[in-house]
Amino acid sequence: MRTYVLGLITNRLGSSALTLLIVSFAVFFATAMLPGDTATILLGQAATPEAVAGLRAAMHLDEPALLRFGRWLIGLLQGDLGISYVNNVPVAELIGARFVNTMRLAGIVTLFAVPLSLTLGITAAMFRGSVYDRIVTILTIGIISVPEFMIATSAVLLFSVYLKWLPALSFASDVTSFWQVLRIYAMPVVTLTFVVSAQMIRMTRAAVIDTINTPYVEAAILKGASRRRAVLLHALPNAVGPIANAIALALSYLVGGVIIVETIFNYPGVAKLMVDGVSTRDLPLIQSCAIIFCVGYLALITFADIVAILANPRVR
Amino acid sequence: MTTSTTLPRRVSYRFSWVGMIGFAIILFWAVIALLAPHITPYPVGEIIDEDYFGPISSKLLLGSDYLGRDMLSRIIMGARYTVGISLAAVCLACFSGAALGMAAAVIGGWFDTLLSRLLDALNSIPSKLSGLVVAAAVGSSLPVLILMLAVIYTPGAYRFARSLAVNVNTMDYITVARTRGEGIPYVVFSEILPNITGPLLADFGIRFVFVVLLLSGLSFLGLGVQPPYADWGALVHENIGGLPFGAPAVIVPSLAIASLTISVNLLIDNLPKKIRDRST
Repeated sequence: MRTYVLGLITNRLGSSALTLLIVSFAVFFATAMLPGDTATILLGQAATPEAVAGLRAAMHLDEPALLRFGRWLIGLLQGDLGISYVNNVPVAELIGARFVNTMRLAGIVTLFAVPLSLTLGITAAMFRGSVYDRIVTILTIGIISVPEFMIATSAVLLFSVYLKWLPALSFASDVTSFWQVLRIYAMPVVTLTFVVSAQMIRMTRAAVIDTINTPYVEAAILKGASRRRAVLLHALPNAVGPIANAIALALSYLVGGVIIVETIFNYPGVAKLMVDGVSTRDLPLIQSCAIIFCVGYLALITFADIVAILANPRVR
Repeated sequence: MTTSTTLPRRVSYRFSWVGMIGFAIILFWAVIALLAPHITPYPVGEIIDEDYFGPISSKLLLGSDYLGRDMLSRIIMGARYTVGISLAAVCLACFSGAALGMAAAVIGGWFDTLLSRLLDALNSIPSKLSGLVVAAAVGSSLPVLILMLAVIYTPGAYRFARSLAVNVNTMDYITVARTRGEGIPYVVFSEILPNITGPLLADFGIRFVFVVLLLSGLSFLGLGVQPPYADWGALVHENIGGLPFGAPAVIVPSLAIASLTISVNLLIDNLPKKIRDRST
């Protein structure tokens, strides 16, 4: 049966690769649809016909779109992300340090969100229907239904306007002590943790409740096991796969959240770079950032599916 | 759709009070959006307060914004854009998604495979990211925004409608209709659609929430509705400078968005099971 599982996984990876190809195609053509001629726009005042023709040739703009797509894709695979229109610096250089910043933010959020959500999600499922469960459910639905920027602004209002614990919307660059690092990261991390945890709690709760509803857990309860014992010893081991799946899926909400959070808190990450790139219409930068986020998102979703395959004893 | 005479004709749906509250708030915003130009206390663009980020007072019920304009009037007009754009986009998305989904289920074969593969791939672009890319490439005029939001949420609607339609497609009466020689449009609209309307409507509501959230998020980034118009997200964007003072101009638009999205979620969650899970 081992080869069967391996087959399933390769199949899943293959379909992810195909998806990624379609996605990069979509991203490239969405940005290639630009009204107006890129070379003319770039040259601005200096757009003499000769200069435009020269730049068009240098940028391969005269070639058919499909060929340019191929060239761009091959460049991507080799790590060549192109050159920024706005400041003529290789995009890879612009992204480099900021990518580390974004990953660090995402990492810290994961560190907080996963234990918190697992505890709340599993206990809510354990005491299903109780006041505690209802409060958790209402809170998570509330957080899911509001835009991310509302959570961020609420956090600012609470922690820096009313309680005055933390500085408002500023990301200080002069970091000297650990305490300052803590103060700087506090609000972005709190906001993102809320966004991601709400999804994670909901999915974890649903996954555990699914296993609680199975006949073997019912049997355990009927034979006299306490509710705690039935959930922790009988249901939980069988819910590990679905829960891991829920975690990976919920983490994919980081992508949307990070765009808002980095902008509002002025955090020097890839998302902030991309949003700035949109206002200056720096297409190579936008394309690269979009691909980075899509790869991250797809990786999480693929990982979730693979965990689901591995965790399913029927295919193992 | 209980046309069968053997069943008792009881169509009395019982709505819970939570659902009723949600429905009431949705209705409230719908009326506001419809009547907007007639009920604003002050002209929307007019500066009437010499103080910016003014507090709540008897003259300005929700304070003033960063230029000293009346916030209540701006919220009332904002309802038009937020509700109007989202509604237009979600109608387009759900209509095309449902039509394609049902067609794919009925036609099957390579048409289904190809369409599903393509739309699933598009579905795996995070929604905010597509918004950013489109805003960068073609800007954000109102028609572009509506079309973009519709395209972003079509794959989800397609997937949902297709999975429902595939279940119905295995029923005997579909086989009967096909053997009778009915064409695909007839099977889709007369046999499948009536059997999945309820869940489709619930999906419409959920997708409406997604669209409102995405539109607000983009406007908050300054990439959605552009001045001089402003939806609720753009109002937060304009007035974000008032955040350190706790100005009502930042808080109230967020609350308006939350009241709308939470109400829709409450209504959908409390819909009678008969409507929600018809297909099972």
